[in-house]
Amino acid sequence: MAKMVQGETGDWEIVIGMEIHAQISIESKLFSGASTKFGAAPNTQVSLVDAAMPGMLPVLNEKCVEQAVRTGLGLNSQINTYSVFARKNYFYPDLPQGYQISQFEDPIVGKGEIEIDLPDGNVKNIGITRLHLEQDAGKSVHDQHPKKTYVDLNRSGCALMEIVSEPDISGPEEATAYLSKIRMILRYLETCDGNMDEGSMRADVNISVRKPGDALGTRAEIKNVNSLKAVQQCIEFEARRQVDLIEDGEKVAQETRLWDPVKLETRSMRSKEDAHDYRYFPDPDLLPLTFKQSWVDEIKQTLPELPDQKKHRFMNDFALSRYDASVLIAERSRADYYEDVAQERDTKLAANWVINELLGILRKNDKTLEESPISAEQLGALIALISDDTISGKIAKDVFAEMFSSGKSAATIVDEKGLKQVTDTGAIETIIDEVLAENPDNVAAYKGGKDKLFGFFVGQVMKKSQGKANPAAVNKLLKGKLG
Amino acid sequence: MSKLTDLTIASALTGLDNKDFTAVELAQAHIDAMAEHSALNAFITETPDIALKQAESSDKRRASGDAGALDGIPLAIKDLFCTNGVQTTAASRILEGFIPQYESTVTQKLFDDGAVMLGKTNLDEFAMGSSNTTSYYGNVINPWKREGDDTDLTPGGSSGGSAAAVAAQICMGATGTDTGGSIRQPASFCGITGMKPTYGRCSRWGTIAFASSLDQAGTFARSVEDNALLLRSMSGHDPKDSTSANKSVPDFAAALTGDIKGKVIGIPKEYRVDGMPEEISALWQRGIEWLESAGATTIEVSLPHTHYALATYYVIAPAEASSNLARYDGVRFGHRAKEDDLTDMYEITRAEGFGEEVKRRIMIGTYALSSGYYDAYYIKAQKVRRLISQDFLSAFEKCDALLTPTAPSSAFAIGENEDDPIKMYLNDVFTVPASLAGLPGISIPAGVDAQGLPLGLQVIGRPWDEETVFKVAGVVENLAQFAYVPQTVKRLPHD
Repeated sequence: MAKMVQGETGDWEIVIGMEIHAQISIESKLFSGASTKFGAAPNTQVSLVDAAMPGMLPVLNEKCVEQAVRTGLGLNSQINTYSVFARKNYFYPDLPQGYQISQFEDPIVGKGEIEIDLPDGNVKNIGITRLHLEQDAGKSVHDQHPKKTYVDLNRSGCALMEIVSEPDISGPEEATAYLSKIRMILRYLETCDGNMDEGSMRADVNISVRKPGDALGTRAEIKNVNSLKAVQQCIEFEARRQVDLIEDGEKVAQETRLWDPVKLETRSMRSKEDAHDYRYFPDPDLLPLTFKQSWVDEIKQTLPELPDQKKHRFMNDFALSRYDASVLIAERSRADYYEDVAQERDTKLAANWVINELLGILRKNDKTLEESPISAEQLGALIALISDDTISGKIAKDVFAEMFSSGKSAATIVDEKGLKQVTDTGAIETIIDEVLAENPDNVAAYKGGKDKLFGFFVGQVMKKSQGKANPAAVNKLLKGKLG
Repeated sequence: MSKLTDLTIASALTGLDNKDFTAVELAQAHIDAMAEHSALNAFITETPDIALKQAESSDKRRASGDAGALDGIPLAIKDLFCTNGVQTTAASRILEGFIPQYESTVTQKLFDDGAVMLGKTNLDEFAMGSSNTTSYYGNVINPWKREGDDTDLTPGGSSGGSAAAVAAQICMGATGTDTGGSIRQPASFCGITGMKPTYGRCSRWGTIAFASSLDQAGTFARSVEDNALLLRSMSGHDPKDSTSANKSVPDFAAALTGDIKGKVIGIPKEYRVDGMPEEISALWQRGIEWLESAGATTIEVSLPHTHYALATYYVIAPAEASSNLARYDGVRFGHRAKEDDLTDMYEITRAEGFGEEVKRRIMIGTYALSSGYYDAYYIKAQKVRRLISQDFLSAFEKCDALLTPTAPSSAFAIGENEDDPIKMYLNDVFTVPASLAGLPGISIPAGVDAQGLPLGLQVIGRPWDEETVFKVAGVVENLAQFAYVPQTVKRLPHD
């Protein structure tokens, strides 16, 4: 369900298209051999090509092409075996060539479609318009000197994939779901680390509003939207701004706006009149990019199972709910962990333990799954102890906490602390007899019709057994004794 | 023995091998000639110290039997090739004082073969021009004079400094670059031989770009054979240039057999342009007769889109240049205006740094790529370019090479044609079509006009068939027996 904006004149529909810039996970740049490592000292990862020294020429890094093809396949998109690099011309100090090498009319990846999961449990398809390869620019640093701007070219020439969506997204929830899904797919494919904090994934959001059924309204392009939260906030702000403008009888300008994450507002960067004429033309330093379909087919063979495929498999093979499956597949490592835990065990129980207990305690301790002191094998062993009635679910939670703090295995902890569940009926009967003998008044009251006292007896037995008595056995035996 | 500066490269190599003289002596003779002819302004940067040092090493290599293919040969390098540790300017103020920390592939290959560098030669700014008058460092003077007339003439352009230096016997050979005729036209104006190979034969890495899809390095020397020797050293696949062809380099000099029996030479009828001087028509006719006398057949061929070549070139080349020259922004190297505001800094840096012709072409190119004009200019020009290439390929189904004049005139006076850019652009009318098609072309001095100025004939070949071009050019050279020497050289006593 699309989220509407309520205006004075009724409901308005939000129409969103997104452009996601994803830095390709790769050691060297798109057209040079310089390193792409994040966090190096300024201007230490700059080749002559990246600095656009006179006479320097770009040479395409084939690994980047492979990553783009992988990504295109992962987005269920058309792979173009013929594509063209074009120059996008504009002046800026952190753009050494005076142009960005990008792709314009002939991108490497064409139309496709991905599925997003909505909070209400529904799914929606979002169209992919294209994916193209391009160089990143350097970075202008404005806060080091009162008057001067410094330029760091470490990022100059890094390989980006720009993924453009169709205007199929209708609201902040869908937009964040879309961005999350793209990020998830890229991380599964290992073509982008999806790290938005380090800028390896950035989004531009195109927003317009319209009355349902009307033609598309004038859109504003919002730049600098660099977190999931910012996507949501900027859409809410911008949609409201546009509705208010139109309802006040004004027009939405087609312009580029900047998201201010501090003031939580968008503001105009440049209007259509000031828009750059990028004077795109095919880069004469580079031949058209061509490769064989058979190479694409080979890459297809090496693709991992993708999030949606995995989700459906978890739902079908492990009988998980859509929600549980979605949580588990959000990260490839999480899904792998779960599968290790669930192997030959109770798959639903395993899902509960991973989602509710493990992810919960990790979050509380600010740890990632990779840092978990409990391995999948260890958690699996704990679940096995529950399933075979060695320990109860309640005891298991104590054991789990102990495992997390000590790193010991479940079996060791159960042994050391003598937590093994008592299922021996003789031993339980002895305890029951003791409890009944100690509480003759309550026995009489129960027999006189006070059924509710049954829980009291169960509690006493469990207490006496220090929680180790098998609850089902206690129930059964108590019923027999009390008649 | 003749003067060392009179020698061809081939004969100098023999002399060095025979220990008739040393590389140091050869270098010194040319350094002296460079000093004698400094008035020609052929060099932006002279590097006599480097030359002597390289010559010393060369003598040692030769003594130990490790001499390379061009060991000890003094050359001049067009100041468009980046040279490690030596100022490289492209004849522009914007690169004044720029010292590259890298060596262009072409010069590296020459040095690897033992060549000696005398200096960096003057050119039209960023190779944009046909008269060498757009250089920030002043125009080059052609060593040739009209008979009985001391007027300074242009050496042609853009590689005017290289052509003048070879003609004046300051160096034995020189590198040039040819985008629309920048080797062949100055070779014709200076009475020497200049070769532009197939696009992709020489790496463009480290050569300052003018128009990337057209720029191609080439050679100047005083004989066809010398050009073949130089080109062999400079050529070859370079992984650092994506447009450099992965093709083996033949021994071009070995193609100079003189045997063109059975070859078919095409004479393009569209090159008989209106207003072509009678002397040039007559020279062209003589060329045809020479080739026939050597056993070739000549046929008339048609290159129907020739008429559109100049217009096409003057859209594509400026379009690419407008983008290629964007990197000269004052931010990282070269000239920079002292302005606080970014836009002011850009505008004034470029206003001060670029000359009139460069600005004109940046404007033309920016216009041709602008939204709304791109299809009408750039896209259309690319389509016509394909038709022009197709013309040549069709002609080469019927013939092995083409013979044409190189330029529509002999050298003109400095300052002539300056009032009208279009008139200046017409200098390239016979050289531009082969550039657009990426074909190899050579200009050979074949005669003089009534004023005693040299005139060249051009041989154009199939893509990658430089061997046929050299072979045919060798025959023209033999039969033309061009033995004229520039007055400037005759006048100066060397001994």
